[in-house]
Amino acid sequence: MSIPTYSGLEPLRIFAGANFVNIGERTNVTGSAAFRKLIKEGKYDEAVSVARQQVENGAQVIDVNMDEGLIDGVQAMRKLLNLIAAEPDIARVPVMVDSSKFSVIEAGLKCLQGKGIANSISLKEGETEFLRQARIVRRLGASAVVMCFDEQGQADNFERRISIAERAYRLLIDKAHFAPHDIIIDPNILTVATGMSEHDHYAVDYIRAVSWIKKHLPGALVSGGVSNVSFSFRGNEPVREAIHTAFLYHAIKAGMDMGIVNAGQIGLYDDIPKDLLEHVEDVLLARRPDATERMVIFAERFKGAPSAEVVAQQAAWREGSVEERLKHALVHGIMDFIDTDTEEVRVALQDPVKVIEGPLMAGMNVVGDLFGAGKMFLPQVVKSARVMKKAVAYLEPYLLEKKRSLPLDQQGTGAKKILMATVKGDVHDIGKNIVGVIMACNGWEVIDLGVMIPCEKILKAAKDNNVDIIGLSGLITPSLDEMVHVAKEMEREGFTTPLLIGGATTSRVHTAVRVAPHYSHSVVHVIDASRSVPVVNNLLSDNESVRYAAEVKEEYIKVRAQYEGHERSKEYLPIAEARDKRFTIDWASEPPVKPKSTGVFPFRNFPIAQLVPYVDWTPFFMAWELAGKYPKILKDAVVGVEATRLFADAQQMLDRIVKENWLQAHGVAAIWPANSVGDDIEVYRDGARSETLGRFHSLRQQLKKAPGLPYMALADFIAPKNSGTTDHLGGFAVTVGHGVDERAKRFEQAGDDYNAIMLKALADRLAEAFAEKLHETVRKELWGYGNSEALSNEQLIKEDYDGIRPAPGYPACPDHTEKPELFRLLDAEKHTGIELTESLAMFPTAAVSGWYFAHPKSKYFGVGRISRDQLVDIAARKDRPIPEMERWLGSNLAYSSS
Amino acid sequence: MKTIEELASQRILILDGAMGTMIQQLGLTEEDFHPKGMEQHEILLKGNNELLSLSRPEAIKRIHEQYLEAGADIVETNTFSATTIAQAEHKCEHLVRELNLASARLAREACDAFTKADPSKPRFVAGALGPTNKTASLSPDVNDPGYRAVHFDDLVTAYSEQVEALLDGRVDLLLVETIFDTLNAKAAFFAIDEVFEKRGERVPLMCSVTITDASGRTLSGQTIDAFMISMGHVDLFSIGLNCALGAAQMRPYLQVLAEHANCLVSVYPNAGLPDQFGEYRETPEVTASLVGEFMRDGLVNIVGGCCGTTPQHIAALAKEAAKHAPRKLPVIV
Repeated sequence: MSIPTYSGLEPLRIFAGANFVNIGERTNVTGSAAFRKLIKEGKYDEAVSVARQQVENGAQVIDVNMDEGLIDGVQAMRKLLNLIAAEPDIARVPVMVDSSKFSVIEAGLKCLQGKGIANSISLKEGETEFLRQARIVRRLGASAVVMCFDEQGQADNFERRISIAERAYRLLIDKAHFAPHDIIIDPNILTVATGMSEHDHYAVDYIRAVSWIKKHLPGALVSGGVSNVSFSFRGNEPVREAIHTAFLYHAIKAGMDMGIVNAGQIGLYDDIPKDLLEHVEDVLLARRPDATERMVIFAERFKGAPSAEVVAQQAAWREGSVEERLKHALVHGIMDFIDTDTEEVRVALQDPVKVIEGPLMAGMNVVGDLFGAGKMFLPQVVKSARVMKKAVAYLEPYLLEKKRSLPLDQQGTGAKKILMATVKGDVHDIGKNIVGVIMACNGWEVIDLGVMIPCEKILKAAKDNNVDIIGLSGLITPSLDEMVHVAKEMEREGFTTPLLIGGATTSRVHTAVRVAPHYSHSVVHVIDASRSVPVVNNLLSDNESVRYAAEVKEEYIKVRAQYEGHERSKEYLPIAEARDKRFTIDWASEPPVKPKSTGVFPFRNFPIAQLVPYVDWTPFFMAWELAGKYPKILKDAVVGVEATRLFADAQQMLDRIVKENWLQAHGVAAIWPANSVGDDIEVYRDGARSETLGRFHSLRQQLKKAPGLPYMALADFIAPKNSGTTDHLGGFAVTVGHGVDERAKRFEQAGDDYNAIMLKALADRLAEAFAEKLHETVRKELWGYGNSEALSNEQLIKEDYDGIRPAPGYPACPDHTEKPELFRLLDAEKHTGIELTESLAMFPTAAVSGWYFAHPKSKYFGVGRISRDQLVDIAARKDRPIPEMERWLGSNLAYSSS
Repeated sequence: MKTIEELASQRILILDGAMGTMIQQLGLTEEDFHPKGMEQHEILLKGNNELLSLSRPEAIKRIHEQYLEAGADIVETNTFSATTIAQAEHKCEHLVRELNLASARLAREACDAFTKADPSKPRFVAGALGPTNKTASLSPDVNDPGYRAVHFDDLVTAYSEQVEALLDGRVDLLLVETIFDTLNAKAAFFAIDEVFEKRGERVPLMCSVTITDASGRTLSGQTIDAFMISMGHVDLFSIGLNCALGAAQMRPYLQVLAEHANCLVSVYPNAGLPDQFGEYRETPEVTASLVGEFMRDGLVNIVGGCCGTTPQHIAALAKEAAKHAPRKLPVIV
């Protein structure tokens, strides 16, 4: 393999163009006083949790260093590495064995089953010793970091850095049989702003050396210990953070591949205040002789600023009572001490149930209150839930023990139960899972049946578990109909359980108009997760429930009346008249562009790294119920801090998705000769148009508009057959969903809903990004009309290009039943592995499919509601029974079908 | 005569089948396992199959011959547990060098006779190195996860001794097999590299890992991908899978190897999964057709059998292999 690879229990591959690799630095006795103390006192369990924390915080490799005069390095290294090996969630990442003593490196590498990294070897003691060590490292199956050090000492200028780097590189390849990518050069990150002018060029020389190495020593990687550079400013965390951030920004641009960093101490380059950045870069880049002096003076104002304070606070919360600590951990989503704190309370209360009902629920109530008051946001709450789950998991054996000792009839937990399900035919579950987490946080027992759940199963589970509430979720429009079906069945079977309706296509109006009339008991639409708790609390409250239920009923009656009044006031044109007033294109003066190529083009295993720049982040924040446009949302006065944190977590996971191949992206695009025939679009085998491959049916707007405005259908964007003009239609289907469920399940099983939801939300975004990217490829290369485009991502998101890509099931074509034809023509199942459910939802869910219309006049629109005449017409065109089409298009009918 | 590298570039090579299964069928008794002079050994020795190379050499040689008759290109020496670490259990550490020498000689004699009879089909001896009965990266004591029953250096010492003897016995290849803890395998290859350097000679190296169950991981927790990376520093003739699973269960892991490995790929599955009596019942035809699918799809270069397989299985595999071309090495960019 010619790319750099490392392994723990799992692989780490560094592909060309990969992002910077974070190496965790906290398990280092020379860099962390806290860690040193743990090792000296023999508290290895806590030392292991430091390692775990780093992996949880996104370290892709962990650096372990035991170099301290009073510590037996060989023993300590062995002991910690053997302990880490027993923890799969830590051992999955590779280890960097860090020591200035080769005996310690050797002992460490002998504990690693994976391919680790020796940090470091050098020419300090001459070539013979260097090569001896190098050969052992190679024989132990590790890569080597080479410090730029030789017989004369440490390289402290540019020339010495590169000459030592080159000499070591040649020796390793020629005499120790190293593969170039197993050589990692560390050209010494030394401290700047020391007041000594000969240190002024340390940072800039390092950065120059990085560029030189990447250019002249093919295959070699570059690393370094970042914290060193800012050592002069210790105690002034905001300044150090700015220095690290700016330094990395320049070093990574120069080609630095990996670094030992405290991930928590790296910010966003763009977030560094301009004046601070200027001072920092003056120092790092040695831009002026008085840079250090100016920086030292300027830095004063940051002393004792937030970061340091936060550090102090962080330590302080451990001083409180155990109840306080649990509350703090829950509110702040801190996992580190939850087991010990839970144990402390358990021992004190002598009853695991009381631990949950007492201090843990008290903490979660605070979380619920803060969330309700808009002072906490969804991502934080999900993190709190993760902590809660960990505490409960810790108590599990005690709970079981207690349960066994109770008589059977007292074994229930007594918690209220909510049953949740995504209805039959639908596979979307992000929203449902979020509601589940929120409910669980509020002390509910959540019975989550999963996705694609048929009505019978929902009702049976509801009876078997004697649940207090049933919650139905769905994203695609056919699910609305299924929810109506469930409501009818509940009525028929004599249920009285309140029914909650949620999901992206559901609405208060839909619930009031179509669901509620079929069930005599409470039916409530829940707009988002934050509303779920107040709604159920009201529904089940001893003294409020009757009043609340009546209120909702009354409200829905009003909604229905309003809706019906509103609907009655609307006028619809007969379909024939709407067709006469179609949207017209003058095909003679604006002829369609002939594609460069036609046919079906599969894109298997598309590199996900290439999709990342195409991600539209705004909907990602919406999925987490954070309102605002990206990137402005990051600076938003209300949600900015949380959005930034969420964004950083997303970036970290995205990084791992890419580097560790979590997901597979498959896509297919096609361009076919096509013409419109009435409101249909015919697709042909070739330009001769003698053989029809397939046929799409578009729906036309009928709601009466101001005079002169057209009544649009997608078919209007394709040249009519009788115009004599040959036109083309494109189609596509993409997914980034393969691999999502398995991994999300693993997170869920580990009680980590935060990362499970994060993964699904990211996969959805990547699928959309794939659609965007593929559309660009089609425009620029396959169809070839957009080759002069040079659009930024914002422009792409705003669709500042010619042509559209509407999707079946969305406003321009609300008819999901067009999907099977599209899939057949694309052979989409074969090329992408996307399957259609009985409700025509795509599975995996992180998937997009649709058509390409290339004409510059084509644009997005909503069909809106249609009259019965068009419904009868489309049923005939598609050769399907009228009631069936009425069911599929239920939300788009301008009349009542039942 | 053709080298094994040349042969491998032309066709799929056949490795032999199970040694243990064949020994079991002989219905031997306790006495059969006691070499001369060890009649009064303090510990029962039945089941310590390596000893048979001393006590019943003709039986071991006959098993090799049966596999060679079935069409095997490579036979493994009867040395799976012939290390001081594994033999310590039976207090037979002192016999290790002798066991390896005798086992290598038996396989050598059998192969040489077949090669002589038909020089167009040369036969090769692979010196087999098992994982030992101790793991370097797992603790046997659940209450003390940092404890190790064996250390890297102990394994290197034991493997060095075995490798020296096998090379002295003129094996053509070395096969580190049934790897369930990658750290043990790394120690084996560390020892091999040291011995090669010391002797100034080397033979092609094969390695074969065991994926324990449907988790897709080794006993020590590595994914197949991570395992391959861990072996990246070894100049391998082949990498592959054996034991624990039948061919039907191996496919996903084999595919990963076939896609990424820049050396040959081997597979020698068990004869299916054991039934409730611990017996392997997959017929030669079934094994051959399952492994035949791997061949058809261009996933393998070397095939053979592990637990439960017999000369009939190997003959069926050889027949199937003749129909297919070997896997081509991926172009590594």
